[in-house]
Amino acid sequence: MGIHMSIDWLQFTPWTALAGGGLIGLSAGLLVTGLGRIAGISGIFAAMFQSREPGNGWRWAFILGLLLSPWLLQALTPEVPVFPEFEITHPRQWLVLAVAGLLVGYGTRMANGCTSGHGVCGLARLSPRSLAAVSIFMGSAMVTVALRHLLGGAS
Amino acid sequence: MTILLALLAGLIFGLGLLLSGMSNPAKVLGFLDIGGAWDPSLAFTMAGAISVAMPCFFWARHHSRTWLGLPLELPARTGVDRKLVLGSVLFGIGWGLSGICPGPALVGLGGGFLPAGVFALGLYFGIVLYSRINEPVQRPDA
Repeated sequence: MGIHMSIDWLQFTPWTALAGGGLIGLSAGLLVTGLGRIAGISGIFAAMFQSREPGNGWRWAFILGLLLSPWLLQALTPEVPVFPEFEITHPRQWLVLAVAGLLVGYGTRMANGCTSGHGVCGLARLSPRSLAAVSIFMGSAMVTVALRHLLGGAS
Repeated sequence: MTILLALLAGLIFGLGLLLSGMSNPAKVLGFLDIGGAWDPSLAFTMAGAISVAMPCFFWARHHSRTWLGLPLELPARTGVDRKLVLGSVLFGIGWGLSGICPGPALVGLGGGFLPAGVFALGLYFGIVLYSRINEPVQRPDA
């Protein structure tokens, strides 16, 4: 049995994915060259509540921008739904989402970064520590998805 | 100015997550599903983000002040320790269970996307739990 790989061409959207990535990179670039800060969402979100240092306002402003962004997109493209339809077929799925959030919150504090801090900023500044983090969380996420398929736990 | 720039950066970041598909859990799970019907789109998002951010971080490394005159604080840590490894494993499990990471959780919360909202609640308590366990609050006497 060889390694089998199949690409889901129907879902493949390279151009919007690339353009969206460019915007994410632009935001991270603005934040580091203007404010001297790392655009790490888990870190900003955590420090927003916990930091006692003065000058915490930029964190609240950044998070506010994230929260408002779907409304801006909706205003720019009123005819396109901003979020996908979702269907919760079993109440257990809410529990899975809450537990997943708990693991992500705990894990990203422990590892001091998530997809943005380690994945975008860390890799962009060629940090070996971030490369290790990204390899591990991507690997762990891929194994989790594969195990769920094996165990028959669809969605 | 600092606040305005941070707000603008947050808006642009959020738009990037929405446009790329990172805010769609099914899209993210398709990207993580390398053994099934794989959707490689989000690899282009990573590539796009890193290639735009890289020259900015290069500039930052060679300056001690930002163009707003603020001190540049780049992380200095380089070592890989047990906390980085274990924390990343836990994060990956949560990401793989949901298809949601912290940025899309907050964008979804703001836009009223219910699955992201429930996830964000867990995210908040995960952060609080970590600091309770690892940095116990010093309660004042009496």
